[in-house]
Amino acid sequence: MTINEIQDELIEDFAFYGEWMEKYEYIIQLGKEVPLIDEKYKTDQFIIKGCQSKVWLYPEVIEGKLFFKADSDAVITKGLVSLMVKVLSGHTAKEIVDADLYFIDQIGLKEHLSPTRANGLLSMVKQMKLYAIALQNR
Amino acid sequence: MEKIDIQKVRADFPLLRREVNGKPLVYLDNGATTQKPKVVIDAITNYYSDMNSNVHRGVHYLSQISTDAFEVTRRKVQEFINAKEDFEVIITKGTTDSINLVATCYGKAFIHEGEEIIISAMEHHSNIVPWQMLCEEKGAVLRVIPMNAKGELDMGAYANLLSAKTKLVSVTYVSNALGTINPIKEIIDLAHAINVPVLVDAAQGIQHLAIDVQKLDVDFLAFSGHKMYAPTGVGVLYGKKDLLNAMPPYQGGGDMIKEVTFEKTTYNELPFKFEAGTPNIEAGICLSAAIDYINELGIDNIKAYEDELLAYATNKIIEIPGVQLIGEAAQKSSVLSFVVDGVHPYDIGVILDKLGIAVRTGHHCAQPVMDQFGIPGTVRASLAVYNTKEDIDNFIAGLNRAVNMLV
Repeated sequence: MTINEIQDELIEDFAFYGEWMEKYEYIIQLGKEVPLIDEKYKTDQFIIKGCQSKVWLYPEVIEGKLFFKADSDAVITKGLVSLMVKVLSGHTAKEIVDADLYFIDQIGLKEHLSPTRANGLLSMVKQMKLYAIALQNR
Repeated sequence: MEKIDIQKVRADFPLLRREVNGKPLVYLDNGATTQKPKVVIDAITNYYSDMNSNVHRGVHYLSQISTDAFEVTRRKVQEFINAKEDFEVIITKGTTDSINLVATCYGKAFIHEGEEIIISAMEHHSNIVPWQMLCEEKGAVLRVIPMNAKGELDMGAYANLLSAKTKLVSVTYVSNALGTINPIKEIIDLAHAINVPVLVDAAQGIQHLAIDVQKLDVDFLAFSGHKMYAPTGVGVLYGKKDLLNAMPPYQGGGDMIKEVTFEKTTYNELPFKFEAGTPNIEAGICLSAAIDYINELGIDNIKAYEDELLAYATNKIIEIPGVQLIGEAAQKSSVLSFVVDGVHPYDIGVILDKLGIAVRTGHHCAQPVMDQFGIPGTVRASLAVYNTKEDIDNFIAGLNRAVNMLV
């Protein structure tokens, strides 16, 4: 699936949840269920410092595509991180660099990507794109 | 509690009527900043509609009335903290600015290599970093008064830290992260016994308890307007006359000079020596409206009301399974800081926000405090005079809901 197809699928998934409460319960569930990153990668090398919740991001290149694993110490952030990984992981560098991440806005979670939000999510997206740029320039 | 007419008080704060995320606002982030009463908001409008002009300069009418109003604030502050002289009240940008002023100017005049400055383990970063910068520059040493698991300072350890090398003690009156009220009078008396001056950071104290600088015999007192119902961008440094006179100026510029030639400048007298440049005139003038407001309610009434509310909230929150209070000092003011087992404070803050409840989460600019308790941060609910038992009930219900979702 392309990045946009995954985004559209997520938008459809979230359309089931009318109430904010249900959306958050789903995100929290995602955050609790997914064991996202091996403890050995939870090091300073892979940390993205938000003000309050920590995010770890571990990139891997497999057959020319960029794969991400990520994690957070806060469960809501972890749920959001897992959505981001779902969308961007497993694509070519060019696809990731060019990606327009409209799904967060459309599922009503835009506030979490605001630069004033202290959760490290925006920095994570930037870092994902930076890894892609680095891969492109290799 | 009957001395505060809470319905009347709430009606004084227009912002409290708004909704957040479709829910009535429950504002419990007063340690960060308080909302403003209508009298302060009106004073801001009035300043710009009626008297806007630069202060301390003009010959013209508007400049005179704005200067008069600005100087009224200085005298209101003087009365409010019972300073001996009005020129001992320096108008600054806020607590951080006030502390940096002392670190820079007192530091220049009095701190030398190998000498020591004492702070405490529960300081806000703004009462740590300026001293670290000074120590680095001068080769001086920063000493830290430890605290116990309840969040109370170890006064025995403090007494042992005081020595002939000590040149200044700088401690907070009330901890922003824990709510502890420190035994400031005792801290000052011990330091004075060996002629060491004391700065008190009253950013979290001035809006909650009566402060008399002469009774305390404190040497410097710093606080912010915006945490005491006044606008942002104005604060106060109180300093004893002799100390302020012995210190060099802070910044150079207009207002702080007596005479300037290219060969030499002579400095203005107190307080203007420390007030270079155009101040935040609007905020400065409106600080007096906030002080009037506090005086009208009565600071002792405010304290009694908030203490009762804090006790009410404390009793309720400890009933929630998994909640652990951070900061359980015998003397506390207006702060409920806590963690919940297995839950990140940030997650609780996000859910509470969705319910229209404003709290602060994180390290509260007091990372060493968090390190001592071995936690990344806390959730902090902090009270002001306009909070109610209903606010607390809503907060507790919201917290229960958040915990159920997250655990």
